[in-house]
Amino acid sequence: SAPRPSGQLPLHSASSPLSHSPKPRVKFGGMFCNIEGAFENKTLNFESLGAGSRSREAFTAPAPPASDNQCRLSDKLIIKGGKIVNDDQSFYADIYIEDGTIKQIGENLIVPSGVKTVDAYGHIVIPGGIDVNTSLQAPHMGMSPADDFYHGTRAALAGGTTMIIDHVVPEPGASLLAAFDQWRDTADKRSCCDYSLHIDITRWHEGMFEELETLVKDHGVNSFLVYMAYKDKYQSSDSQMYEIFSILRDLGAIAQVHAENGDIIDEEQKKLLDLGITGPEGHVLSHSEEVETEAVYRAITIAKQANCPLYVTKVMSKPAADVVAKARKKGMVVYGEPITASLGTDGSHYWSKNWAKAAAFVMSPPLSPDPATPDYLNSMLSCGDLQVTASAHCTFSTAQKAVGKDNFTFIPEGTNGIEERMSIVWDKAVATGKMDENEFVAVTSTNAAKIFNLYPRKGRIAVGSDADLVIWNTKETKTFSAKSHNLTVEMNIFEGMECRGFPVVVISQGRIILEGEKLDVMEGSGRFVPRKAFPDYVYKRIKARSRMAEARGVPRGNYDGPVHDVISMTKSVPPTPTTRGPSCPGKTTAGPARNLHQSGFTLSGTQMDDHIPRRTAQRIVAPPGGRSNITSLS
Amino acid sequence: MSGASFQGTRSIPHLTSERLLIKGGRVVNDDQSFYADVYVEDGVIKQVGENLVVPGGVRVVEAEGRMVIPGGIDTNTCLNKAYLDSPPVDDFYQGTKAALAGGTTMIIDHVTPQPGTSLLQVFEQWQEVADRKCCCDYSLHVDIPQWDEGVKDELEVLVQEKGINSFQVYMAYKDLFQMTDTQLYEAFSFLSNLGAVVLVHAENGDLIAQEQKKILEMGITGPEGHPLSRPEELEAEAVFRAITIGNRVNCPVYITRVMSKSAADTLTQARRKGCVVFGEPLTASLATDGSHYWNRNWAKAAACVTSPPLSPDPTTPQHLHTLLACGDLQVVGSGHCAYSTAQKAIGKDNFTLIPEGTNGLEERMGFVWDRAAALGKMDENQFVAVTSTNAAKIFNLYPRKGRIAVGSDADIVIWDPDRIKTITAKLQQSALEYNIFEGMECRGVPVLVVSQGRVVYEDDKLNVQQGTGRFIPRKPFPDHAYQRINTRNKVIGRQAVSRGVYDGPVYDVPSTPKYITPAPSAKTSPTTQQPPPIRNLHQSNFSLSGAQVDDNVPRRSGHRIIAPPGGRSNITSLG
Repeated sequence: SAPRPSGQLPLHSASSPLSHSPKPRVKFGGMFCNIEGAFENKTLNFESLGAGSRSREAFTAPAPPASDNQCRLSDKLIIKGGKIVNDDQSFYADIYIEDGTIKQIGENLIVPSGVKTVDAYGHIVIPGGIDVNTSLQAPHMGMSPADDFYHGTRAALAGGTTMIIDHVVPEPGASLLAAFDQWRDTADKRSCCDYSLHIDITRWHEGMFEELETLVKDHGVNSFLVYMAYKDKYQSSDSQMYEIFSILRDLGAIAQVHAENGDIIDEEQKKLLDLGITGPEGHVLSHSEEVETEAVYRAITIAKQANCPLYVTKVMSKPAADVVAKARKKGMVVYGEPITASLGTDGSHYWSKNWAKAAAFVMSPPLSPDPATPDYLNSMLSCGDLQVTASAHCTFSTAQKAVGKDNFTFIPEGTNGIEERMSIVWDKAVATGKMDENEFVAVTSTNAAKIFNLYPRKGRIAVGSDADLVIWNTKETKTFSAKSHNLTVEMNIFEGMECRGFPVVVISQGRIILEGEKLDVMEGSGRFVPRKAFPDYVYKRIKARSRMAEARGVPRGNYDGPVHDVISMTKSVPPTPTTRGPSCPGKTTAGPARNLHQSGFTLSGTQMDDHIPRRTAQRIVAPPGGRSNITSLS
Repeated sequence: MSGASFQGTRSIPHLTSERLLIKGGRVVNDDQSFYADVYVEDGVIKQVGENLVVPGGVRVVEAEGRMVIPGGIDTNTCLNKAYLDSPPVDDFYQGTKAALAGGTTMIIDHVTPQPGTSLLQVFEQWQEVADRKCCCDYSLHVDIPQWDEGVKDELEVLVQEKGINSFQVYMAYKDLFQMTDTQLYEAFSFLSNLGAVVLVHAENGDLIAQEQKKILEMGITGPEGHPLSRPEELEAEAVFRAITIGNRVNCPVYITRVMSKSAADTLTQARRKGCVVFGEPLTASLATDGSHYWNRNWAKAAACVTSPPLSPDPTTPQHLHTLLACGDLQVVGSGHCAYSTAQKAIGKDNFTLIPEGTNGLEERMGFVWDRAAALGKMDENQFVAVTSTNAAKIFNLYPRKGRIAVGSDADIVIWDPDRIKTITAKLQQSALEYNIFEGMECRGVPVLVVSQGRVVYEDDKLNVQQGTGRFIPRKPFPDHAYQRINTRNKVIGRQAVSRGVYDGPVYDVPSTPKYITPAPSAKTSPTTQQPPPIRNLHQSNFSLSGAQVDDNVPRRSGHRIIAPPGGRSNITSLG
């Protein structure tokens, strides 16, 4: 790629003087405040971002054919007349893009001739959306999702999202690295926009440590998901979660949780099926809000103990969101992610008479039947209690869903939302006055980029950042429908919803993908974006706390008082394993934990009166040598 | 014994002969206070009122305007719980003596069987020991050490024939007593069908085990490791989880040992949402805090070791008293389980081996008065409610116990709200050599205690007799806990949506899903009896598509059917 101009100035001096910025924004504290150092160095050294050789290759020479490469490199663009909206401020300026990177921001830019001009007059220009939760590849009961990396990213781009982070779901017991390679392979071939990958830990064993380390250090993965649901399949026990969280903290990764109590769900499912409830309403009845809330609470407790940052995926209900918010108020490093579906619709549809429609909404945790939920979650998002919006896009055709037509537990889980995400947030939160345009940018891209260490390459319009931009129409409305969406499924859970705000132009990697109604994607043009460990936004606090939280013992003299004589336990109890998740046969598990209540030794040692028989329950009133100072009770 | 006979069947002659008139006191129940005399005969209150007509030769006790309250009920004692085969120093005799001296006239003790033993046998053993030794009436909770099919029959017998309506489950003590969420769910469902109250020891055992390992590795072996490995978040988390499960199952949950502010707050919030849940702080959590774990004197630090631990936050006692006063917490127990310093010293090199338990049976009523009633946080009626009446209601002893009324048992205390007592091991009834409240002053003491109609404590002197305590059976479905539960069971009917049969296309699932290796459920143990493996609802090895006319046509397994045979049907129309 072309050499980067050296000695670039910080954004506010590179762009036009501040007087042109019509709305200097009051700085918020907390999450909306800029991360320190965000402005100091706009020259990104991408070489240093990628840790391994593999990832470096992904940067310097994008995997797909050279023609694409050529095409992208030659793309020079200037966006004129728009209002640039970042998460901290909005200002009017033009943007010049070359080589897939933002080169200049300001007014009256001097640009080479023959540059294509995009008119953004009357619209806002925002960083492309980042959707941090998609499942475009993970199979469910042997069925692949209807929208794969190609269809999914195409829909993402059509909706103004220019980067996705997909979940790698290895089969329980399989190698994480192998699954990661498989995902990368498919995504490199199929993806139309930049992508990154989370890895789900579907069955934990200690041998995984090395794989995790390799993934974090050499493959640019810094986030791992743990399941608290899907009993006997993916579910982890509290002990396992604690171990995983401790390791992730040491590696500098972020722990994500699918928070639902799998044990309770399993029991409730059995009960409902016994009652003869087999339709999709059984899904929401068995996955109640309480079960989600409980798991969120527990996950936060475990993360607090392990001092690990926690990211709760798919916050679907009011009480679960409240738990996240409360934990944040207590100072925990925890993030909450509501999704398109929970922000845009509710769970009343599970009772629809149309089976196919009801089944289309099946996902876990389910949509809350409480119709006030979307409004509430949008408010939480606006005030910063929740931070990131994602889509959890995972679609199955009606025929695939119909596998569970006689038993709701067989319905593959997942809804659409990748295309509708940005518009729904705009319509429900910005158009209603709950949040402003800057917060909109924060929750749709900037916060995600900060948490997952993509910032400021992604999630910001600044010199040196990737040219992933969206020109957003804030005034007109668009209607969602299965007839017009870019997905392959026949149902859209937002059918008929009219949303204000949609993208008119989408630029990904410096190339115009969407202009007006015309969508022009290129299969395989998406690059894998590696993410480094220890994101500052998340880990600064964690690191400080690790230093502070060192418990110390009390220095005491040796206890030299009488000790009750313990007969070595003869009727010791065989320890019953009580872990909540599945153990894994054939793998080295944590090893049976030491039973701390069981003692097979006597602490009293050899005494000079050992030959004198003594009753076992004898209370020693006057110990030999008299009471010593250390144990005197007065 | 199993019957609901209102009076004990084992009437001992010398008890029934005593007739007693308590004159000039202010009778304080949980709902009102009034000046009245109380006449007691045959161990039962016969008359309450003024100017009573009583037979001659009756012993008259002058209350001199002091409070006459129902005797206290201590819902949480462990007087027979052996640690590594050595029993606590306060057995049923020592313990109930201490109880009576403190104004408590009934205890409910925990039967704690080891895993693998028969609940019934251990229960009978407990009852036998208590019948021989107890000086006051008692009843028993039974702890469930592990959950399996065999336990169910025993539980049924205990509820229906033995007069037990409360069972404790453990969320802590990993690999020993701890139950998984699935087991808790099953236990709660089963017990709520029997009409029992579920007691929960709420701490996250998995995390405790991890923290203990970590702390021992750090070289911390003293008693301070105990609170460090059991931070109050783990208690609050378990309380939250227990309540969630209880609410899903629609079962009343009673949290024993509420030791921290966050656990109490969790419980409070659940009550606000309508959950049927009760909370029991202990004498220790109401009167002292966990700073003592850092004491330089090992013996003093070890004496405070109990689970959940005392909170190091010094504002905890105040907070818990406030919640008791406003009704968010309901019952005060003592968690009395006394081990000598020599017994505690088993864990001198490893805090996880220190036997758990503190004293508090004798001091319980006094501290509630001193810290709450004497400060104006709660009134005398609420004092009676939290020390006796609420417990009687929850555990179905009411109105036999917990109330001064005609027909109730004559367990009565004359309470002096102004006298001050200094607590010290030298003057206590308990056999412990160290009292965790040593040196504290406490306003409010019993001046006279009547148990079973007999004066057992007067002028600081006990006059008790081993074995006079009767076992009080308790019937299932206590109204106070179960009225709401029963109504909810009736109203919350879950109904399926009546739909036509789905007749659209169905995706053809490969008949052997390649990736599911049914993982053995983690809790299967080769040695113990286990419930049959749970049906894995995620696993499918059948094809739902049935025989089709085009079965002979080869079809790819990942095939999406766009135009099904017969066209789209109405029921699945997508328009």
